[in-house]
Amino acid sequence: MSKVHVSTTINGDVVEFLCEPHQSLLEVLREDLGLTGTKEGCATGDCGACSVLVDGRLVCSCLMLGVEADSVELTTIEGIAGPDGLHVIQQKYLEHAALQCGICTPGFIVATKALLDKHSDPDETTIRYWLAGNLCRCTGYDKIVRAVQASAEALAYEA
Amino acid sequence: MAGYAYLAPTNVDEALGALEEAASVGQRAQMLAGGTDVLVQIRSVDKGPRTFVDVKHVEEANALSMTDDELFIGAAIASAVLNENARLKSILPGLVESADLIGSTQIQGRATIGGNLCNSSPAGDTIPALIACGAVCVIASPNGNREVATEDFVTGVGTNVLEPTEFLVGFKIPRPKGKTSDAYLRFIPRTEMDIAVCGAGVALTLDDDGTCTKAKVAIGAVAVTALPVPEAAAALVGTKVDDDALHAAAAASTAAAKPIDDKRGTVEFRKQVVGVLTRRAAAIARDRALAR
Repeated sequence: MSKVHVSTTINGDVVEFLCEPHQSLLEVLREDLGLTGTKEGCATGDCGACSVLVDGRLVCSCLMLGVEADSVELTTIEGIAGPDGLHVIQQKYLEHAALQCGICTPGFIVATKALLDKHSDPDETTIRYWLAGNLCRCTGYDKIVRAVQASAEALAYEA
Repeated sequence: MAGYAYLAPTNVDEALGALEEAASVGQRAQMLAGGTDVLVQIRSVDKGPRTFVDVKHVEEANALSMTDDELFIGAAIASAVLNENARLKSILPGLVESADLIGSTQIQGRATIGGNLCNSSPAGDTIPALIACGAVCVIASPNGNREVATEDFVTGVGTNVLEPTEFLVGFKIPRPKGKTSDAYLRFIPRTEMDIAVCGAGVALTLDDDGTCTKAKVAIGAVAVTALPVPEAAAALVGTKVDDDALHAAAAASTAAAKPIDDKRGTVEFRKQVVGVLTRRAAAIARDRALAR
């Protein structure tokens, strides 16, 4: 069994790595590339803690092989903030206390980014369905929904 | 060579070559589409070395085309991509909604209807919808393509007609003509992110008077495989798909269902609800057909 060479782009940087053919992208990100912002919750695609963007599309990195990342553009939580500080979405999650223990937060923020990239002014139903693949056992979701609504408003104001 | 390997062929011939080569050295090969079932299985119920043959780069499996008579939907196209295709959604709303019901936004971005069928779960949501709209599976095999009706594809829980050297390329679906439409409904105890307790897909055609001239009904999660229910279809044909006909179709689905008791539902509950879903899906398909 030999490792596979993968060439990909992560948060704008060209990254090359070797991985086992059956290693998940999540394992590669956390254990081989040191990008530990992406969290492992269930590792079965149910909780969304490991959410990343693959060519702009929201996916669970636990349900994708590392080798499948060849030649794609990946965005992880580490790529959300800009050089000048937190992204608006991150700021609004803080302001609205939309987190408590924080394990689900990177996944929620990446998912919120994907949502607002597609729907700039989502209603509450759209937000709740879009984020149904992200589980939070602390907040009861209400503060998260408000943070997403506030992010949408702030991004519309910026635009 | 008992280990894991990964291959990403770009066309059908390369993919068949990969499967054949693995078979010739006794290595297990597994086609990989979205991977949303496979990656869970390799860490739980189905561990062990194999060669993954990724279908997502196979050109033919990514084709989406339409002629006057037929649509072709490649097996490797993600549900989200199908759902974002407004034209496809208007032509086959039932099939697209069956794919759209599976999993979260994250799952939708990877999962495919081809993978859902090949996973061959009794509860696969797209399977009754595929049967209802008359989908034919196009299977690449060493002797050329062969075609199998969707209702004959799944042979048992997690098993299907594919040989180790074959794979599913996509689906041929008759293009709905005139006042024809489809619908799929499932029951789950919550609003999102769950596995069907039961499901029903209906496709039907109406004439200019609104009389049903053709119908196909299939039910899911109420037997070892998704079941076509010709008796339910027969109850709709020749009627205006009025309340009497809808209730007769519902009774036929209830009678045809052979469910089990499990944590998701009892036999009695599933038989009753699959009838209700048949009635409601037929009414939706009727209203959609009338609006054409």
